[in-house]
Amino acid sequence: MVETGPARQRTNSGPGRLLIAVYLLFAIAATSRAGLQIATKFDEAPVAYLLSGVAALIYIVAAVGLARAGHTGRRVALACCSVELVGVVAVGILSLVDKDLFPDETVWSQFGSGYGYIPLVLPVLGLIWLWRTRRAPA
Amino acid sequence: MVPVTSVGADSPVDGIVATVPIVLSLLVAAWALVAAVRHRPPDRMQFVGLAVLEVALLVLTVLALVAVGGGDRPGEPGAFFGYLVTLVCLPPLAWVLARMEPTRWGSAIVCAVCLVTPVVVVRLQQTWEVLGG
Repeated sequence: MVETGPARQRTNSGPGRLLIAVYLLFAIAATSRAGLQIATKFDEAPVAYLLSGVAALIYIVAAVGLARAGHTGRRVALACCSVELVGVVAVGILSLVDKDLFPDETVWSQFGSGYGYIPLVLPVLGLIWLWRTRRAPA
Repeated sequence: MVPVTSVGADSPVDGIVATVPIVLSLLVAAWALVAAVRHRPPDRMQFVGLAVLEVALLVLTVLALVAVGGGDRPGEPGAFFGYLVTLVCLPPLAWVLARMEPTRWGSAIVCAVCLVTPVVVVRLQQTWEVLGG
């Protein structure tokens, strides 16, 4: 899928590539962590570990969406970043209000404080980046 | 030879073998940050830095594997080997992405990956130290 528009319109170059790199790092971190938790101690905190798994999946899809850079890629990335933002805020609030709901930490617990709040910042940067590349500069 | 602040005396990922990659990584991160701020694409120094960092991480890996081969066991084996594999993949990942992006953002990628690497090294140490795994 080759984007024929001006270079600035593409989501997979320049700052976008840095964004993809960070998404990749989070995809790796979240996937391996969730995989390990689900494989070895799923019974301890099924909700938390399933959520970690979902978060991991979203990071992967978001990275792919940004990297593909076409029309579909943008939509996929937009959906992922939105879900992520809602997810990290919702889980962040829930984990503060009701600690028993997530007995073990997830990527999104306490607004991602275990990961330097990057999970909270990342979807915002993603949305800003998608917004800024929405059309060719005049 | 004994590290002053040894947490787990038997840990093969403690002391100088971990300190060297952490310091190297932070140096490369700082260098790459300067390049990114100055609108410079990844230069030779960054790629050399990544290569040296990778060698340091491979030394760490070999020492860890030798210790495991010698009968020592990490506290959380699953997580430990997960972190170990991730760790040796980080500099090559930065290398490939930086090659793809010969702009200031390539330097920013090198900086980001080199900031993550020390964190993974520390996590690696923690997964070894946990007792009764």
